[in-house]
Amino acid sequence: MTTRNRTNDLGLTRADYKGGKSTLCPGCGHDSISNHIISVAHEMSLPMHKVIKMSGIGCSSKTPAYFLGGSHAFNAIHGRMPSVVTGATLANHSLTAIAVSGDGDTGSIGLGQYKHLMRRNVPMVYIIENNGVYGLTKGQFSATADEGQVLKYYGRNDLPPIDLALEAVIGGCTFVGRGFSGDSKQVQALLKAAISHHGTAVLDIISPCVTFNNRPDSTKSYVYGKDNQILLHEIDFTPQGFVPAREEITVDSYESGEVIEVEMHDGSFIRLKKLSRDHDPRSRSEAVRLLEEAEREQLFLTGLIYYEEPRPTLGETLEIHSTPLAQLTEAHLRPSRETLDDVMKRFM
Amino acid sequence: MAIDVQSSPQAVPEADLVNDFALMVATKNGSGSQTSNLVLIRTLFKMGIPVSGKNLFPSNIKGLPTWYTIRASKDGYIARRATTEIAIAFNQDTAAQDIADLPVGGVCMIPQDWQWGRSRDDITWYEVPVKELITQAEVPSDFRDRIANMVYVGACAHLFDMPLDIIYEALLDQFNGKEKPAKMNYDVIMLAHEWAANNLTKADPYHFAPLNLTEGKILIEGNEAAALGSLFGGVNVAAWYPITPSTSLIDGVISHLNLRRDPETGKNTVAVVQAEDELAAIGMIIGAGWAGARAMTATSGPGISLMAEFAGLAYFAEIPCVIWDVTRVGPSTGLPTRTSQGDLLFMYFLGHGDSRQIVMIPGSVAECFEFGWRSFDLAEAVQTPVFVMSDLDLGMNLWMSDPFDYPDTPINRGKTLADRGQLEGFLEEFGEWYRYRDYDKDGVTYRTIPGVEHRQAAYFTRGTGHNDMAVYSERAEDWVQNMERLHRKFDTARTLVPQPIIDHTPDNPVGLISYGSNDPAIAEARDRLAASGIQTNYMRIRALPFAQAVKDFVMGHERVYVIENNSDGQMHQLLRLDIAEDTTHMAAMPLGDTLPMTAQWIFDEITARETN
Repeated sequence: MTTRNRTNDLGLTRADYKGGKSTLCPGCGHDSISNHIISVAHEMSLPMHKVIKMSGIGCSSKTPAYFLGGSHAFNAIHGRMPSVVTGATLANHSLTAIAVSGDGDTGSIGLGQYKHLMRRNVPMVYIIENNGVYGLTKGQFSATADEGQVLKYYGRNDLPPIDLALEAVIGGCTFVGRGFSGDSKQVQALLKAAISHHGTAVLDIISPCVTFNNRPDSTKSYVYGKDNQILLHEIDFTPQGFVPAREEITVDSYESGEVIEVEMHDGSFIRLKKLSRDHDPRSRSEAVRLLEEAEREQLFLTGLIYYEEPRPTLGETLEIHSTPLAQLTEAHLRPSRETLDDVMKRFM
Repeated sequence: MAIDVQSSPQAVPEADLVNDFALMVATKNGSGSQTSNLVLIRTLFKMGIPVSGKNLFPSNIKGLPTWYTIRASKDGYIARRATTEIAIAFNQDTAAQDIADLPVGGVCMIPQDWQWGRSRDDITWYEVPVKELITQAEVPSDFRDRIANMVYVGACAHLFDMPLDIIYEALLDQFNGKEKPAKMNYDVIMLAHEWAANNLTKADPYHFAPLNLTEGKILIEGNEAAALGSLFGGVNVAAWYPITPSTSLIDGVISHLNLRRDPETGKNTVAVVQAEDELAAIGMIIGAGWAGARAMTATSGPGISLMAEFAGLAYFAEIPCVIWDVTRVGPSTGLPTRTSQGDLLFMYFLGHGDSRQIVMIPGSVAECFEFGWRSFDLAEAVQTPVFVMSDLDLGMNLWMSDPFDYPDTPINRGKTLADRGQLEGFLEEFGEWYRYRDYDKDGVTYRTIPGVEHRQAAYFTRGTGHNDMAVYSERAEDWVQNMERLHRKFDTARTLVPQPIIDHTPDNPVGLISYGSNDPAIAEARDRLAASGIQTNYMRIRALPFAQAVKDFVMGHERVYVIENNSDGQMHQLLRLDIAEDTTHMAAMPLGDTLPMTAQWIFDEITARETN
């Protein structure tokens, strides 16, 4: 039986995790990412009723309609999906929030909410489907477009790009990854780890726009991605409750830095096998240095860029009740008549 | 230190004036005078005298002028008074005007240290040696400037007959029962009192005297009342961004958060988040409302502007949440510390495309509490944002009230299918469930919330076009059908919002209409109008959209005056828009002078119009 037809722990096939038919351009990188989400949710046996799909405005933000049809979804307004997720996860902390945004949505009006979201450590996966261009309004540059790039209708982009992964690292996000929509293996491993993360996990996924920004000289194109992607490491994700297959690795490989293993908050493991470069994602300064180097040298580095032991989530910081607030009943919601009498006496 | 106090050149009126005048304290912002002023008003309240306090303050942290007016009224009137008989002129920058504004026979208390001289001979003067008294008092030097304001409390206590033991009680209240600061302030008050008794000759007719008209009553600000109401209404998420004059509403939620802490676990059932701006604050409450929590924000006009896009989305996506607008004057920043009812039209139409929002309009602190909890029931019953329009006067001033009534209806979650069982029950009855299908023909549809474990529970929430199955649609028919249902829902809302309060005598040709914080001024004006032979009926509108009774009142009178505190006569415009009949007998009577309305203005205006 192939993976696709196999039923998972919930008795669901991969097809059960699909959504509606995509209305994006054929070949859009965003559709690949939707497919990665479907595969990962199936493999992780995510109960769809516990997932909320959140988005802002733009091509990317339409995609929650195309995966996990059994999950509630909220298509919000431009750049302000983070605040909606903040409220929704405070209302019900038991939900897994998978949010999709784009470079236009996140990098412009959304930049403020993006930074404040991670400052609060709102528990969610924040996927940026990054193609450097506005699609729905027909091909304007976004804030992540390459400096000096030329597009058909809007000419030359003279401004430097904003690196949204770097913004996340600096902003205190405790999980930052970068991927390429065409690399299903790495994106799916990153997605699994992000879903298991306790707090805000940002995935900046380069996702080519086949209509407006797919010329080979663009760093957001398929050809560029295929030819230039450099894997920082090979990522293995071992879910909670499974023992990582450590026997394959010698103790030496840990000590020599060949393999970095991270145990996540929920008991799952990420194991990073060194490839051509040394990168320890547990160091913030190293992550910043790496991203600056990538920018300077025009290197398309993908993988887990930064990870740290997560801080308390917003709900934990606010010490909210263990029962989701949305499920509390009158006994918890309305103080007693006697309490009101006592309060009134204080104002007499 | 004997001070020669000469009596005022004018004669003392034959009869003393007791419990029916206003006293104004002029100081500098940030000087600590608020404590002294609150001690004065609380003392009168504890003496059983009906009081109201109006704080006229600048948008400034320290140094600009501020005026606090206390009105005592044996008849129980609590609106702002047009004239003030007594001025405690403790701000040299404004003293000239403060003194000039006094009526003939008024009283001026002024620091002796200024050597002001007596610039009028038709008022009574009391010069008080503030610096000397403070130097005598053994007050740590850090506190001297702030405590100097207690000097006028002590002098007033002597001149106007306020018992010292009650002042001490009021001080203790003010310092939350802490004896040390209460005592330190009290020492100064006693010193000033003693000095006044030995050195000042009473030369004015004004006195306070104990009454029994405040027993069992409370003294509270509207914002704190709203905060308490929200907590008794089950608020789960309060997201906000500070802005005058709404800030103290969320401060109230925070300071009373213990009311909603689970005694067993010590955990909070309310999450309060200070957002990065109003854009985020409303986003958070919409997310929370969508996910099934009771969520609110509080802001003022500029914040409402920033919330417009999200409010429009929530209207079309049909998400319950509560938005308090404690209104102030003008645009950002306008006159942020003055009161107004100028956001009415803006709130009502907030959103893009065709949208009309529900607006609740409390007219008292008791209604701030009531609408505090009721707004959540209404928002969930209608599945829409509910705006609550208070204003600076109601929200930030102290008001006398009966204690608040405990909510008389249990929490109403509306047509929410909150768990698997409820959804299955619905499916059994109707054979299907679609998010926006109008099963009850009242425009209000059934919603599930995220987390409901059922394969049919999920739906897609969007502001864009959708059919009644919540599926994306660009078909014109689907859009029209949805708008028709929203109109139906709007008409349902007319029956669910707080109905107007009407005082009606048959055959009376004159009808007054007003709303919100104008109520006390109108009550007082009507008494005075009646005494002068003009009988009026009165309707206080308490919500938008209008109930049928509103139209009936307008059409049931020969002459109608719509009295409001904005320049454009916004409620008048709305009434004309909503009532599809000839309403030329209904006149606008807008004020919009940035101050709480007075009975005098209403009396003069109605008298002029009715006698012309």
